[in-house]
Amino acid sequence: MVLSFHHSLCESIYIDCHMTDILNFENIRKTFPGVIALDDVSFSVARGEIHTLLGENGAGKSTLMNVLTGLYHPDRGQIRIAGEQIHFTSPRDSLACGIGMVHQHFMLVPAHSVFENILLALDNIPNFYSRKTYKQKIQKLIDEFDLDLDLDTPVWRLSIGAQQWIELIKLLMRDCQLLVLDEPTAVLTPQEADRLFNVLRKLKQQEKSIIFISHKMREVMEISDRVTILKKGRSIATRTRGDFDESTLASLMIGRDKVPQWQKTLQMSDEIVLDIQNLSVRNDRGMSDLDDFNLQLKKGEILGIAGVAGNGQKALAEVLTGLKNTNQGRILARQKDITNSNARYSYIAGIAHIPEDRKSIGIAPDMSVDENLIMKSFKSGSFRNWIFQNKKAIRQNAEEKIEQFAIKSGPDGTPVRYLSGGNIQKVIIARELSEHPAVLVALYPTRGLDIGSAGYVHKVIADGADRGMSTILIAEDLDELLKLSDRIAVMFRGKLIGYVNPRKTTREEIGLMMSGETPGDKA
Amino acid sequence: MLEILLDATVRAGTPILFATLGAIINERAGIINLGIEGLMLIGALAGFSGTYLSGSLLIGVLAAFCATFIAGSIHALITVQLRGNQIVSGLALTMFGVGVTALFGKGMVGLTIVGFKRVAIPGLSQLPIVGKAFFNQDVLIYFSFLLVFLIWFFFYRTRWGLGVRSVGENPAAADTCGFSVSKYRFFAVTVGSGFVGIGGAYLSLASTPMWIENMSAGRGWIAVALVIFAGWSSPRAMLGAYLFGGITAMQLRFQAMGTTISAHILQMLPYFFTILVLVISTQRLQKGASQQPEGLGLPYDREDRK
Repeated sequence: MVLSFHHSLCESIYIDCHMTDILNFENIRKTFPGVIALDDVSFSVARGEIHTLLGENGAGKSTLMNVLTGLYHPDRGQIRIAGEQIHFTSPRDSLACGIGMVHQHFMLVPAHSVFENILLALDNIPNFYSRKTYKQKIQKLIDEFDLDLDLDTPVWRLSIGAQQWIELIKLLMRDCQLLVLDEPTAVLTPQEADRLFNVLRKLKQQEKSIIFISHKMREVMEISDRVTILKKGRSIATRTRGDFDESTLASLMIGRDKVPQWQKTLQMSDEIVLDIQNLSVRNDRGMSDLDDFNLQLKKGEILGIAGVAGNGQKALAEVLTGLKNTNQGRILARQKDITNSNARYSYIAGIAHIPEDRKSIGIAPDMSVDENLIMKSFKSGSFRNWIFQNKKAIRQNAEEKIEQFAIKSGPDGTPVRYLSGGNIQKVIIARELSEHPAVLVALYPTRGLDIGSAGYVHKVIADGADRGMSTILIAEDLDELLKLSDRIAVMFRGKLIGYVNPRKTTREEIGLMMSGETPGDKA
Repeated sequence: MLEILLDATVRAGTPILFATLGAIINERAGIINLGIEGLMLIGALAGFSGTYLSGSLLIGVLAAFCATFIAGSIHALITVQLRGNQIVSGLALTMFGVGVTALFGKGMVGLTIVGFKRVAIPGLSQLPIVGKAFFNQDVLIYFSFLLVFLIWFFFYRTRWGLGVRSVGENPAAADTCGFSVSKYRFFAVTVGSGFVGIGGAYLSLASTPMWIENMSAGRGWIAVALVIFAGWSSPRAMLGAYLFGGITAMQLRFQAMGTTISAHILQMLPYFFTILVLVISTQRLQKGASQQPEGLGLPYDREDRK
């Protein structure tokens, strides 16, 4: 015990003898039923440091931070705050130590106003508080950061980017000394991300420590003082600035995982397979998710959709795959109107990201791989004898698909929920592609997947394009879009802003379009 | 004529108002309470017994509050601490209330007490039409007016109220801000149940100063529906409760006037309107004007992987 403590001390002395550690994690382990989320994690954060946690999805970054904020109790290991050993029993204890976190899924009350959300985070305020005093205090901080936030607006009306600023203000109002930001740039345009980094640098000058979680290499290189790499629940290395570059970090993060190789050939024809005209969709709250939206998809094309999350991408995918109905507009498939017809289901297939909780995915989680694979075609003759299932044909079909898509499915009859995210995604892809759709809609298909599985998804999409399938690829990672797409369409507030050519455009141009500026505006 | 009808409206609406306010406090913290009917009966019997044994109406009301506070804590224990199914626990609470009051109320059947008397508020009670109906009533009715305001003030002007609302909307957000979700929910369920009990006590201490088995007669269920109609807001609960009070008063009036419409049909009216209100308000819910707390009905487990 003593030894390991000295060990971590030595490490930080080695880096900079004047730095004092605000946080030490020692040999943290955390298991959930059937899963080891954190195996053995040790790392430390110094005062006035931006320390990045880097790792693939599922490496344990978020779990580790939930341990730090007191949401999860570790099974084993020690946490030291400023050298003192601490046991957190609830988030309250963690807040009392000056630790605050911007969660990846924001911890805001959508129905409440901005003011009430910030007020909720403040401690030491009297039960009968003065609205005026606290409004002034909060407004002062908002002005300081030059933000455009109205205190009385309900949070659900705000963009996701604005909601993130509220989360940050919550922490600053509490005067937190250690700030944790869990993938904060996922919902920002490149320009907004730059602004966030400036704020972070300013906080660093005020001797505050920041734990920054990301898997975007570019950002990690830009902002980190130190990087700790997590892999499968273990902390495998910590590197200081100057001692790492993109390729070393990537190889540490991925290790020996094999990434499937694929080659994309450019063979787009000018035939339009899908023509979306003036599409409007309103959501449950009566606001427009899609507003007079137009899009044209060509045969054999991979059309990337760029945009900050929450600008109508989800609604677009849901309308195309038949989960939502349109309020206005038409969807034409080779000049045939399929707007509200059942023809949509066989013409367009859809895949989406696999959420961590496995709760809302395109499969029946408690049913087996065999059953899930025939869900789209169970009515067809080959899988039934009169009204009974043809078990033999179903099994044979499953064996073929498992072989073809390299699905690691476990013993026969295992419920799909026990598969890893990557393998669930493969089951869905196998099912969706089994009917040879003309159009594939992929909504964040690689979110939550490890790099190997993500590469596999890319390969399937590229191979499909070779066979003449068209893909609408909705993704939040610009690098992914730039690599894969033949054209990129940019969305903002439910409208199409314009198309760009991924070979000629710049990140800056796409970023500006993501915040609503049409390409013509620049001139 | 209108004055008399309005007066009867307020008197018939008050027990439903108390029950609805209590249910709103429950649901604002995210806990569905279908035990309102049972709680009203427990409150009615406890209130009557307390007054009969002590001779004091105040003690009766306090007894009703305490008895339902305790009964409500059973629901709180199951739904908050043990994260049980809120629907099942609530239904069980109603059945428990019906049974336990029938058992212990046997000795109270046929006994009489002196109920709440009208106290006119000087000046205000002289107002035309509304004066008599709203300001020449008993103390419990005045208390219900105050309670409507107090609950609104509590929810929108105090930190505790903000905590209760946040716990009902997004418990994880409240938790990460240092609020104890279970404490706030437990408090809301028990205190809310206490107010439901006062609604029950109004029946046995003011409406008809006696104990009759199953005397709440479905008013608890009406309250459950009214919560949705009121959009979880206490001032609108007042409106809804008087609407139902008005229908009850009107059908009684019709019966007294001796119409040819069957009494059974007339007695059906309040329940018929409950269904109507639910249909209308659910349609409003679907159109997106929802005020429903987002965390309503969902148990909160901190380590449940999100």
